Amino acid sequence: MSSEWPLWEVFIRGQHGLNHRHVGSLHAPSAEMAIQNARDVYTRRNEGVSIWVVRSNDIAASAPSDKGPLFEPSNAKVYRHPTFFDIPDDVGHM
Amino acid sequence: MYAQMVTSEGGKARDEMTPEERAFQDRIDRGERIEPKDWMPEGYRKTLIRQIGQHAHSEVVGQLPEGNWITRAPTLERKQILLAKVQDEAGHGLYLYSAAETLGVSRDELTGMLLAGKMKYSSIFNYPTLTWADIGAVGWLVDGAAIMNQVPLQRTSYGPYARAMVRICKEESFHQRQGYSIMMTMARGTPDQKAMAQDALNRFWYPSLMMFGPSDKDSVHSAQSMAWKIKINTNDELRQKFVDQTVPQARFLGLEIPDPGLAWNEEKGGHDFSQPDWSEFYEVLKGNGPCNAERMEARIEAWEDGAWVREGLMAHAEKRAAAHAAE
Ligand SMILES: [Fe+2]
Ligand SMILES: [Fe+2]
Ligand SMILES: [Fe+2]
Repeated sequence: MSSEWPLWEVFIRGQHGLNHRHVGSLHAPSAEMAIQNARDVYTRRNEGVSIWVVRSNDIAASAPSDKGPLFEPSNAKVYRHPTFFDIPDDVGHM
Repeated sequence: MYAQMVTSEGGKARDEMTPEERAFQDRIDRGERIEPKDWMPEGYRKTLIRQIGQHAHSEVVGQLPEGNWITRAPTLERKQILLAKVQDEAGHGLYLYSAAETLGVSRDELTGMLLAGKMKYSSIFNYPTLTWADIGAVGWLVDGAAIMNQVPLQRTSYGPYARAMVRICKEESFHQRQGYSIMMTMARGTPDQKAMAQDALNRFWYPSLMMFGPSDKDSVHSAQSMAWKIKINTNDELRQKFVDQTVPQARFLGLEIPDPGLAWNEEKGGHDFSQPDWSEFYEVLKGNGPCNAERMEARIEAWEDGAWVREGLMAHAEKRAAAHAAE
């Protein structure tokens, strides 16, 4: 009988005030065990204050081939950056 | 190294490449990282699975020679330190299996291939740890040699592999320093203890040099792996660096490297040294090293004895999920 445990992605908040960040993955039978295992492997040296785990299968991801349609339009909109606007030095800090 | 003599597939001259293959090679040449969902040549994928899988197996099997001394460490503090070190190695195995899994192979498949003798692990872990000083020598030399190889691999072209290497390298320097600290204590101890440290160095020196694998300056496999940036340095380059780094460390301990041919070569700015016995290396790879059978037995036993736990926990999780869904 094959009983391969499902794969989980692990996210850790390094310090209060920061976002959770993806740190890796692991196998575990349940969410509780995934958190236990994540504690054991990914926070052995004070790396975190909070753990999220999510089944890898439940993650929807963009495809590399979508890179153009998804991200190209924002390249064309340079006016979204403050540096697009020339403000004379005399105006002072803005 | 932890991955020795990995055969690579699909070496092609640029004019034989398909447009896709050419674009892929260009990305690598520009220093871009390849990510799991990106297009990649089949040979790149297969070679990486072989290399990362072998590396992962080495981390896991590598726990055995050190685990041998956890219950016999000379002090409680040394026992705690060694336990932490061996736990780290289990983690290294996990990071690497995870990286391999992004290439479309499952961890159980990789384990199955190891247990069936279809995949290898590093030759070094087929040598026994006979005394406590061996634990010092392993941390100092074996982890030291691993670091030589793993530091450049942080820049390897495959993203998940490179990221696993970054995590691993952060933990390795603790490993090497704890080993060297054992050697310092032994070398400064009684004459018997110092002799034990020397004996450990004598037995681990050449097997450590073998970790880098035979010279590959003429190997087509290595050339392909280097073009793909899944191998960064030649075996000889890394071995030379290792010797040059280790000689002064041995001198500081007052221990002697067991090589009458060892000498500083001013011209090349490095040491001349004797090669290990490569016929011994090939014998160990074939399964005829001092501990090959014992290591495989231990892995098979762990896998089989753990089956009821893996299955039981899975059954329990499924039952609870079903009960939860029925609520
Ligand atoms: Fe390791
Ligand atoms: Fe190691
Ligand atoms: Fe290590």
